[in-house]
Amino acid sequence: MGSVTSNDTREFLVEKILKNYSNIFDKATSERLALIRRHKVEQPVLYIGTGTCGLIAGADKTLEAVKNYLSQRNLQAEIVRVGCLGLCSAEPLLDVQMPGKARVSFHKATEDKVEGLLNSVFHHSLDPEAVLGQMTHESQEEWPNIPVVSQLPYFSMQQRIILQNAGIISPYLIDDYIANGGYKSLYKTVLNYTSDKVCELVDQSELRGRGGGGYPTGKKWQVTLNTGSDQKYLICNADESDPGAFMNRAIIEGDPHRVLEGIAIASYAIGANNAYIYLRSDYTQSLAILEYAINQAKQYGFLGNNIFGSGFNLNIFIRQGAGAFVCGEETAMIASIEGRRGMPQAKPPYPAEKGLFGHPTIVNNVETLANIPTIIEHGPLWFKSVGTRESKGTKIFSLAGKSTHTGFIEIPMGITIAEIVHSIAGGVKNGKRLKAIQLGGPSGVCIPASNTETAIGYETLQDIDASIGLGGLIILDEDTCMVNLAKYFMGFLQKESCGKCIPCREGTRRMLQILDEVTRRPKEESSHETLERFKGVVELESLARVIRDTSLCGLGQNAPNPVLSSLKWFRDEFEEHIFDRKCQAGMCHDLRTFFIDASVCNGCNICLRKCPEGAIIGSVKMPHFIIESKCTGCGLCFDSCKFNAIYYK
Amino acid sequence: MTKEKIESILAGYATNKKEGLLPILQDIQAQNGYLTEEILAEVGKYLNLPANKIYGVATFYDQFRFSPCGQFHIRICRGTSCHLFGSSTYLERLETGLKVKAGHVSRDKKVSIEITSCMGACESAPVIRVNDEYHTHVTEEGLKALIQSIKEKTK
Repeated sequence: MGSVTSNDTREFLVEKILKNYSNIFDKATSERLALIRRHKVEQPVLYIGTGTCGLIAGADKTLEAVKNYLSQRNLQAEIVRVGCLGLCSAEPLLDVQMPGKARVSFHKATEDKVEGLLNSVFHHSLDPEAVLGQMTHESQEEWPNIPVVSQLPYFSMQQRIILQNAGIISPYLIDDYIANGGYKSLYKTVLNYTSDKVCELVDQSELRGRGGGGYPTGKKWQVTLNTGSDQKYLICNADESDPGAFMNRAIIEGDPHRVLEGIAIASYAIGANNAYIYLRSDYTQSLAILEYAINQAKQYGFLGNNIFGSGFNLNIFIRQGAGAFVCGEETAMIASIEGRRGMPQAKPPYPAEKGLFGHPTIVNNVETLANIPTIIEHGPLWFKSVGTRESKGTKIFSLAGKSTHTGFIEIPMGITIAEIVHSIAGGVKNGKRLKAIQLGGPSGVCIPASNTETAIGYETLQDIDASIGLGGLIILDEDTCMVNLAKYFMGFLQKESCGKCIPCREGTRRMLQILDEVTRRPKEESSHETLERFKGVVELESLARVIRDTSLCGLGQNAPNPVLSSLKWFRDEFEEHIFDRKCQAGMCHDLRTFFIDASVCNGCNICLRKCPEGAIIGSVKMPHFIIESKCTGCGLCFDSCKFNAIYYK
Repeated sequence: MTKEKIESILAGYATNKKEGLLPILQDIQAQNGYLTEEILAEVGKYLNLPANKIYGVATFYDQFRFSPCGQFHIRICRGTSCHLFGSSTYLERLETGLKVKAGHVSRDKKVSIEITSCMGACESAPVIRVNDEYHTHVTEEGLKALIQSIKEKTK
């Protein structure tokens, strides 16, 4: 946990830094600030990325190894736990900053490497292989022949506004955030602006909701501000339940105070005194960091009663989700906070007019709120200068799947998907061919490789029937079966359907059944069953349209997206599954055809005994043979062969 | 879980306030490991809600369990990235290897398997978590060794 700062430092930061609009400091102040920002350090500083991704990669063991190293050698050094820098595939990350030298970052610093790495840096001779790069500052001496992190291909195309502190400062130290310009916007807001003015500024910035809907944030706030009520609420949506999306977690774990500042400004703008953070239950690390951050902010007087003497009060409560995907929908989330089943309600009335406990409520995504402090600090015009004509600002994406680099990135709107895949993510792993991009989580769409020249933006993506969604970007290579993936998403959505409206509850189940039949090869199929199967497939598309048009909430309306988009771009793959009963990618296990390599098989007889269909023939110590027409593709023989003699096509 | 212990947890929340239901259940499950009918009845009395309503809410959410986890609680990630790297096969392997179905506990109460939608470690896919230990970049061989070690430990 973070160290306790002296009252003196706190007073210095609040009085001299936070309350200074000009950002022009005298010499003494600048020097003191450089120390707090760690631009100038008097003893070595070791930074360890201990976000969830880092911990899973073994950062806690690295931390222990570092502590052991220091205590064994009696070395004095500061250890700072930071969030994730964004390049998760390089975790665990260990940064070392020697006095006077630039901060140097080691990638894949597992516990066994710690000793060697620290020896090298303390003896000033780095192994370029072990180094990701260095983070330079004008006052520090650079390491020779070491690349600069911000110039690496993964980082050079990014524009980090929300993530400017992620992986750099400690999420456990509020001082780090204030020293880097934090809480300045809140101070400015509560003392200088009326609620109307804040809504107007955000409206002028043309910021749109980053949670998937893309509704203009300022417009939404104005509705709530203008709705008369004795109580209003703000909910920060951190229920990031899309599989393969983790950017909200990254913001919270990297820079929690930015989120809190955004919540405070938004609450002030709509006139709310109570705010909730609805956090996904699996994010235990984020919960600990948020609780710690809220306490710190309260101690500093940035939350609680009479903030900065303005008379504005704000309490922030954390509510943990309970593992329901549908609770990402705002009305379902409200129901969940109220202690009911997370089932959505028909809109209107919109939550902005009648939401939590019947009062006007704004539900904003973490990323939307994290944008607010910067908009207030630099003004709406500055914010508008980033991005494209229709879509302003930056967007954070999480990169996952079969790319060389994975992690999360913040890019200005307008960059093309191809640039993300090839320049930032380093192309597809192992030199494979790019097949498609899956954008927007389970209810998102697939974009084929031929369409990747599309620029990221709300309108541009709409032109190809896609949407940004929450920002999960999954890279699919040629070994991916699109039918299988559509089935996987449909399975997820079917499980997560809350069951309130029939189109979604029954429709997703039926779609899953149809996809299941497409990817199966029954041993015996009567002509009647074949007919039923074909009928089902024919109806898949019309069923998808009905679900899309008649479901109650966003989950249902978007549920058919993966199927519709796969059908649109990869129809031949569906046809191959249906007519030829083949899966080129080999992901649909039931459609595999097994063969025995006669030159390897020694006739041990194990597969023959295991085969439930009696499809394998052959005598002991002679190569066996699989009768294709009898084989159901269960794979038992493949699993049981000890000599790897069985292969499939 | 004793009645006193439930009461001590409940004392931290306002009575008659339905909004406290989920935090209460989460708190109880964090300490007890799972929920029981008696617990739901107690909570119902405290919040002045019918127990069947509480049961309805608790079963709606994936987080709440009505049976204890095994000594080895295996959580397998079925997120998109893990799926692409073959987690569905690994789930089958786990189920057949340890003779437990996902979402269930083995008869000797020693092994349980749970599917999670995404652990957020997509760069390490596929990910399997056994109690507090993460197994990343799982391979066929790695999984075989894992199943073997669990089998030996539960003998």
